[in-house]
Amino acid sequence: MTASTAETMHPSTDGVQPDDILSTAQALRWQISGDFHEKIVEAAYAEAAAIADSVVTRPGASPRLALDRTIDRIVTSRLWGFPLMILLFTLVFWITIAGANLPSRWLAMLLVDWGHPALKQLADGIGLPWQLSGLLIDGMYLTTAWVVSVMLPPMAIFFPLFTLLEDAGYLPRVAFNLDNLFRKSGAHGKQSLSMMMGFGCNAAGVVATRIIDSPRERLIAMITNNFALCNGRWPTQILIATLFIGALAPAHLAGLVSATAVVGVTMLGILLTFLVSAGLSRTVLKGEASAYSLELPPYRPPRILQTIYTSIIDRTLYVLWRAIVFALPAGAVIWLIANIHIGGPSIAEHLIGFLNPVGLLIGLNGVILVAYIVAIPANEIVLPTILMLTVLSTGMHEAGAGAGVIFELASQNATYSILQAGGWTLLTGINLMLFSLIHNPCSTTIYTIYRESGSAKWTAVAALLPVVMGLLVTFVVAQVWGLFVA
Amino acid sequence: MTEQKSIRTHAACETCPVHNAGNLLRLGVDMSDWDYVVALAGNPNVGKSTVFNALTGLRQHTGNWPGKTVTRAEGGFEYDSHRYKLVDLPGTYSLLASSPDEEVARDFILFGQPDVTIVVVDATQLERNLNLALQVLEITDRVVVCLNLMDEARRHGLEVDDRALARRLGVPVVPTAARYREGLPELLAAVADVATGRTVCKPRRLRNEPPALKHAVSTLVRQIHALYPGLPNARWVALRLLDGDESITAALRNGELGDLTRGEPVPIETAHPIELEMAR
Repeated sequence: MTASTAETMHPSTDGVQPDDILSTAQALRWQISGDFHEKIVEAAYAEAAAIADSVVTRPGASPRLALDRTIDRIVTSRLWGFPLMILLFTLVFWITIAGANLPSRWLAMLLVDWGHPALKQLADGIGLPWQLSGLLIDGMYLTTAWVVSVMLPPMAIFFPLFTLLEDAGYLPRVAFNLDNLFRKSGAHGKQSLSMMMGFGCNAAGVVATRIIDSPRERLIAMITNNFALCNGRWPTQILIATLFIGALAPAHLAGLVSATAVVGVTMLGILLTFLVSAGLSRTVLKGEASAYSLELPPYRPPRILQTIYTSIIDRTLYVLWRAIVFALPAGAVIWLIANIHIGGPSIAEHLIGFLNPVGLLIGLNGVILVAYIVAIPANEIVLPTILMLTVLSTGMHEAGAGAGVIFELASQNATYSILQAGGWTLLTGINLMLFSLIHNPCSTTIYTIYRESGSAKWTAVAALLPVVMGLLVTFVVAQVWGLFVA
Repeated sequence: MTEQKSIRTHAACETCPVHNAGNLLRLGVDMSDWDYVVALAGNPNVGKSTVFNALTGLRQHTGNWPGKTVTRAEGGFEYDSHRYKLVDLPGTYSLLASSPDEEVARDFILFGQPDVTIVVVDATQLERNLNLALQVLEITDRVVVCLNLMDEARRHGLEVDDRALARRLGVPVVPTAARYREGLPELLAAVADVATGRTVCKPRRLRNEPPALKHAVSTLVRQIHALYPGLPNARWVALRLLDGDESITAALRNGELGDLTRGEPVPIETAHPIELEMAR
């Protein structure tokens, strides 16, 4: 350490206080040249270069590097970059939609068709009062069973595919393609990476904005992360696209058409990210985009088995678990509001009736709006809630064993018939997909934004801006639809 | 995980790191009663999380892109009858603390006083990676360099002389391919040697500064040592003070720097609960 040599040259100093040191530093700063910092950094780089140079040898040429560069030239080219990206995502969704159908049906048969009556029988057998068996079995169990059968298969297919793309090194190329657009929106290029993280979970995406140095750009990234569709919303998008949009196409094309619709919504989300970022950076969060360099990691051969294992264990089961944790109390709430009556109709019917005019105005309905309120803690349970409330409000009691019960959902056709009975049209399907993309973030994400930004004001902006936008977009779509289609 | 058996074998085997890897007990999130704290630092996307997972048995999400870990993740392992707490730091290119992730990394290496800091470097990008390694060596001398991604270096036709590198840096260098668990037994052995003091590092430090600066630094170092005798990285602190670094200035004012001389880790904000979500 230099200290030892320094001490021998100077007399020792006693009674030094921290402030003395600081004032010495202050004084010394004037004696040294202002660019000493750069000098030191340069010296460190030179040293690193010299060491690296002396220990690394290249006996062979590098065929791999050439291959990497060729792939990069294609996937990040101006001409092919975007089409390839859209093609790859469409392929991923198509495999997910086509592959999830059958296992979803099996799970529904097991958990709903067979499991529910069996549990009811058991409850009757041990003489459980109807309130309790209703709350536990018709409310909590059924909602959870529905969440599992609808969400598990698509997740078990989608997550490994997405993780494979990530592992191979494709995601940073997507970020690279989007980087320029982000800068043009006045946002930080690294926002493309936090957005990628948001495609998994918005709360994680918000935390990932820590890689952005400038507070202004970081806020923009946090506020717009919600426009990246998350785990909880993929199943809603996939199912509604299959039921309402895929159904319009001939059977052999249905899967592809549904996948295209989901990709369309995803792309709309990316577009909104740019528009909102640009809007914010030109109004309330004015400033220049800061420069940075984005590193393209090497392509690595994905380890397929390990990826499938970890993405199923970590992502799929984790998300499923979270959905179940939220579905259980939500199921109880749904059953309660459906079975507690105030002056005749139940609480749920009061709420639905109250919100229905607003819902219809924006091409949705009261049921969907109530579901979105119940589902603030987790987007995962939006669809189960919608189905339960629809069964209840349409009085489709033959479809269930009492008010507030979802039943007979062994196939997507049954789901579709329930929704049709609830007065759903193609417009409802389209607007639900839009509203699912553009509405408030879940409560976990809102809390994360608050913790990361430390500002109640910006948290409120992040929570309210998308809802207002969503209401506007769906309203405009509904009105235009009314003019031209109906 | 706890019912791992340790196999008793003859003395010759017990000095071999490959045998000792059998004594690795992955403790997952159990970090109680640790004997040593080990930090994992490195540039983004060099495989820190992969090393972390391999040693702790946790499954911190790994992905092939930079900037994935932005918070600290912690886990535990037991090796050679010592318990270790392993802290995975965000990947950074420097420790100048210009962004929150760099600050997390630097503060932990400085104030957390890890017993060993493993600097994971990308063997295929050695020049850029060594820059961070040299900065870490300025702050702490208990360092093991994990020369990772050797598999990719081989594929790219590169040869890296790890022994020459160890000589140049003055700290142990272990070549690894963490994705395939290659070199991890040797890494563990090197970490244990530094932690227990069997290996004493003599890190290379930058010396080629201009004369005016040299005088300023030595004046400050003298004062700092007068206030805190035995502060291990007074020269680095002096440079940061000359640069007007706010967090180091604050640490000097409130006495946190002084705690470092007593070998007490400064309590820093504990890992965010969100890390569980990041781990997915």
